[in-house]
Amino acid sequence: MSDQFLSIRQVRKAFGPTVVVQEFNLDVKQGEFVSFLGPSGCGKTTMLRIVAGFEEPSVGQVFIGGKDVTRLKPNQRNIGMVFQAYALFPNMTVAGNIGFGLKVAGKPAAEIRSRVAEMLELIKLPDFGNRYPYQLSGGQQQRVALARAMAPRPQVLLLDEPLSALDAKVRVSLREEIRTIQKELGITTVFVTHDQEEALSMSDRIVVMYDGRAEQVGTPFEIYNRPATRFVAGFVGTLNVIEGTIADPAAGVVTIAGGEISVGNRVAGRKAGEALSLALRPEAIALGRREGRDGLVTGTIREVSFLGSVIRVRVDMGGALVSLDTFNSPASPPPVAGERAEISFSSSDMLILDR
Amino acid sequence: MKANRFWSWAFLALGVLYFALPLIGTFEFSMKMRRGVYSLDAYWAVLADPRFQATFTYSVMMALATIVVGVLLVVPTAYWVRLKLPGWRPYLEFVTLLPLVIPPIVIVFGYIRLYNTSSWLPLTGTALGTNILLMFGYVVLSLPYMYRAVDTGLRAIDVRTLTEAAESLGAGWLTIMWRVILPNVLVAVLSGAFLTFAIVIGEFVLAALLNRPAFGPYLQLIGANRAYEPAALAVIAFAITWGCMALIQVVSRFAPRAPTQPH
Ligand SMILES: Nc1ncnc2c1ncn2[C@@H]1O[C@H](COP(=O)(O)OP(=O)(O)OP(=O)(O)O)[C@@H](O)[C@H]1O
Ligand SMILES: [Mg+2]
Repeated sequence: MSDQFLSIRQVRKAFGPTVVVQEFNLDVKQGEFVSFLGPSGCGKTTMLRIVAGFEEPSVGQVFIGGKDVTRLKPNQRNIGMVFQAYALFPNMTVAGNIGFGLKVAGKPAAEIRSRVAEMLELIKLPDFGNRYPYQLSGGQQQRVALARAMAPRPQVLLLDEPLSALDAKVRVSLREEIRTIQKELGITTVFVTHDQEEALSMSDRIVVMYDGRAEQVGTPFEIYNRPATRFVAGFVGTLNVIEGTIADPAAGVVTIAGGEISVGNRVAGRKAGEALSLALRPEAIALGRREGRDGLVTGTIREVSFLGSVIRVRVDMGGALVSLDTFNSPASPPPVAGERAEISFSSSDMLILDR
Repeated sequence: MKANRFWSWAFLALGVLYFALPLIGTFEFSMKMRRGVYSLDAYWAVLADPRFQATFTYSVMMALATIVVGVLLVVPTAYWVRLKLPGWRPYLEFVTLLPLVIPPIVIVFGYIRLYNTSSWLPLTGTALGTNILLMFGYVVLSLPYMYRAVDTGLRAIDVRTLTEAAESLGAGWLTIMWRVILPNVLVAVLSGAFLTFAIVIGEFVLAALLNRPAFGPYLQLIGANRAYEPAALAVIAFAITWGCMALIQVVSRFAPRAPTQPH
């Protein structure tokens, strides 16, 4: 585990009879930005709190910088934490908040002052040192909370849905800011969110969690384009799931909605007649025939919704509703509900969901 | 509508009269020591009395000690229960209410039985021991007010998240109490302290039965033997209480403002 900076080994956590996190393994490299993504109640916060030391795992270990910290108290772990509720100390100024960790560590006043000034520059609030938290907007408070967490140079930065209390615009700009600061300081970071866009746009790697387990760990590209499980495929992005049957495993022929498509060698070794779930992203499906696309199915347009730059069309394919996106071009008339239509896709874009 | 208004005002006036008349009467009477003219003679007489000075100083000291011990007892307890044992809050609340239900005379007889000179902890044997006993009695009497004030203060801040934020920054238990929790509930603590002060200054039963030279028994003694001075003392006692109330109002202006919380 040479360059693995933060390691989570076989962690399991139960509150009484309810198991909240199980068989959780993860290695994070120095300077890496990893997100925990998953639906509400899947155990993201609990796992993060185990890393922070606020909860003790029932089983398993946590290593930071090669050292077993499983039994260490949070104040002995040298971590920085940012909370959804900002949690600035109301009785201290912005500078007092940012300097708190250094003061606790017994650093000299001059060093604290210069580090606080440096952090204020970093979060682009250089003149806010003497303000109190109640004089700041939510976004500013969260930036101060970020500076406070990073001022003592923690080994790991932990953020629990730090943006979810902010409004959409601030959320997007602060997202980029956090990522920039994180890269600049090269700090190993774990970021909890239930917002897939946030996770996809910020992370080096994403851990998709479901029911206390890490369903898949991978780069945003892998998670989105090659989801390992049905849950991941459905949770990240929009997905059309089409039920099919294997017609000829050796030739890779699968029957769907009355048509036949070829999936290459991806069903090799399975039995003919076996049921199978196939999945396609809306952006991988086109209305009408297209050059180089080997999948072609006919259906009936059920619904047309205008989303601005794209038009989302729902097509009924022998009982299964499939969503697809077409670009809105002012020159051509939009599709009409009730019409018959052909849809095409590349079978190589098709995901085969095994579990 | 109009009639409604009239009756509201009438009842308000009645209420004011009910509270104010005895005070005005007492105040007026306290200034009649010199025949024929109003004077502050009774006040001078009281303030010049060495027993007044001694008992008043004694009670102020007791009040300060009570406040310190009460704060040290109540703030960490209320904080801990809020943080770690929220299920215990109703029980704690019940216990802190007991002093309002159990008469002080019962408490003090209990004390005398438990801590008399032939008991395992003979506190009443020495003046210092009795002072300590009296002070703990005062802590008990002020518990309902102190606990409620502090608990309300704690409710206004997010105790758990602030504690965790401080912990993640490396702070230990004492630092968290002293630098994060206490400053944020200071105004609540102060209002509890002023209430405690007012209670201790006027308390009679505990001090009299433990035979300590406190202000309450002195008030009673003067009341039984003089004409004008008790009135002056009553006015002074009222002024102290009201002063405390006014101070509560003043300090609450300086409460640390809670920042906007996410919804
Ligand atoms: N202290 C606790 N005692 C008992 N159960 C708990 C405790 N903390 C969390 N849980 C349970 O553990 C599960 C996971 O909680 P957790 O807070 O980790 O979820 P989450 O993924 O962060 O969800 P969200 O997105 O809503 O924040 C939930 O079902 C929750 O009820
Ligand atoms: Mg959570």
